[in-house]
Amino acid sequence: MTVHQISVFLENRAGQLSEITQVLAANAIDMRAISIAETSDYGVLRLIVDQPQKATTLLLEHGFILSMTPVTVVAVPDQPGGLAPVLKLLADANIDIEYMYSLFTHTDGKAYMVFRVSDDESFSGTLKSHGIEPVGTEELGIQA
Amino acid sequence: MERYYQPEIECASREQILAWQNERLVKQVRHVWDSVPYYRKKMEEKGVTPDDIQSVADLHKLPFLTKDDLRDAYPYGLMGRPLKDCVRIQSTSGTTGRRVVAFYTQHDIDLWEDCCARAIVAAGGTNEDVCHVCYGYGLFTGGPGLNGGSHKVGCLTLPMSSGNTDRQLQFMVDLESTILCCTPSYAAFLAESIHERGLRDKIKLKAGIFGAEAWSEEMRQDIQNKLGIKAYDIYGLTETSGPGVAFECSEQTGMHINEDHFIAEIIDPNTGEVLPEGSKGELVFTSITKEAFPLLRYRTRDICVLTREKCSCGRTHVKMSKPMGRSDDMLIVKGVNVFPSQIETVLLEQGYPANYQIIVDRVNNSDTLEVMVEMTPENFSDNLGKITEMEKGLVAALKAMLGIYAKVKLVAPKTIARSEGKAIRVIDKRKI
Repeated sequence: MTVHQISVFLENRAGQLSEITQVLAANAIDMRAISIAETSDYGVLRLIVDQPQKATTLLLEHGFILSMTPVTVVAVPDQPGGLAPVLKLLADANIDIEYMYSLFTHTDGKAYMVFRVSDDESFSGTLKSHGIEPVGTEELGIQA
Repeated sequence: MERYYQPEIECASREQILAWQNERLVKQVRHVWDSVPYYRKKMEEKGVTPDDIQSVADLHKLPFLTKDDLRDAYPYGLMGRPLKDCVRIQSTSGTTGRRVVAFYTQHDIDLWEDCCARAIVAAGGTNEDVCHVCYGYGLFTGGPGLNGGSHKVGCLTLPMSSGNTDRQLQFMVDLESTILCCTPSYAAFLAESIHERGLRDKIKLKAGIFGAEAWSEEMRQDIQNKLGIKAYDIYGLTETSGPGVAFECSEQTGMHINEDHFIAEIIDPNTGEVLPEGSKGELVFTSITKEAFPLLRYRTRDICVLTREKCSCGRTHVKMSKPMGRSDDMLIVKGVNVFPSQIETVLLEQGYPANYQIIVDRVNNSDTLEVMVEMTPENFSDNLGKITEMEKGLVAALKAMLGIYAKVKLVAPKTIARSEGKAIRVIDKRKI
């Protein structure tokens, strides 16, 4: 079970990020997570929003270069050591993490982590075999 | 006192020089007609035969050769001698990626080295000198040319080649180099390094011979002051031999063209018409002594002015000004010829759009080359590492094509101005 992440190419130039957030704001799109990976010259913005299809269409219309990427969201206890067991599972199963970041949302003592891994299926299988269910779009209030 | 390597040639009367040129031109045209079918065809198309060329005054009747011809005839199509007579090639980058390859017989190399020797002696060189050559060696003509000239003069020659500044400075100090041969930007860089390391009192340099790229009078003053030397310009191109086609004397007001080997003309780059002395136009060379690669009326694309005014140094050969620009889009970056079309070829090969911009600048007296390329949906990835890897691939492909490092800057789409009329492909920020 994966969630749509929007990945956007960002040139390191003043105003690029601002333009994106303005487009989203003007269309009442709610951001659930944001992460940026960058070099000195450019970066990749990663977004989880409540209306991924709509956001994608809008950003493309504004001339941005982007792609939709499947990511896995895992709920972990919002307490010290909460993330450690999940990472241990990944390590034991020899699954590489390309990158990870967290959602803004916290509910019922849970924090949500976003994972982009080398192998979604085996990650999902590993989680399930240890009684952990990846979080679906519904729980996060994200339109499929 | 001015010294000369070949005084009987360098200070010959104008009549004598013209007599040599007339005799050698007639012979060369006949030789080319007989042995270079490519050029013979051009002559036939223009309705010219060797009989039409009786003296330099008839030179204008001959067809031009351009870099495109060198590309078409690549690699062996313009050779004037069979392979068994040739002993060397030198090479430089050409348009759309095809290299220029020039051939030499032993005699050609001998005459080329004479020309370089004239430049070294004009800069005050003698067999007492230690000549430090940090032009690149290999396919580039700079190193081999000055190296050979230095041998002819009898200098102790240091074949340093380019780069490795620590080693350059160590040899310069330990072996007490007196003449420095390199690009002006590298000379400026070395001068900075010498200052930073407090080596100014430990170096024994007295003169420098700097060429292969454009440099200003201000840069000359700067290098001269920092190193306490006299800095001389030198000019040449692979197509005609290499450095030493023309060189500066003590007057430092232009470069004497070695007219016993090359006939120089200035033409209007648009019409091809020969312009009178003193006019600014495109420099055209006819090699009258070259055996293996005898180019007639080769268009250099360099814009300059010729003058035959009497020179205080005593040399009688015509002087050319520093090139003031180009009549094509070739850039000279770090002494290396760069054509925008080469960069375009690489971009397309690597799956990038042909919408790009080249930015050339000079930072701390060293040229920089940056290529701005727009990101495309196909090349984009959510994984930064993949983008970086692709960028590295592009940098490597550019390096392979151009021979020098170009920084790649990936920019957002529609960032680079689309052409409204003529696209601005090159921004040269250098103040030369």
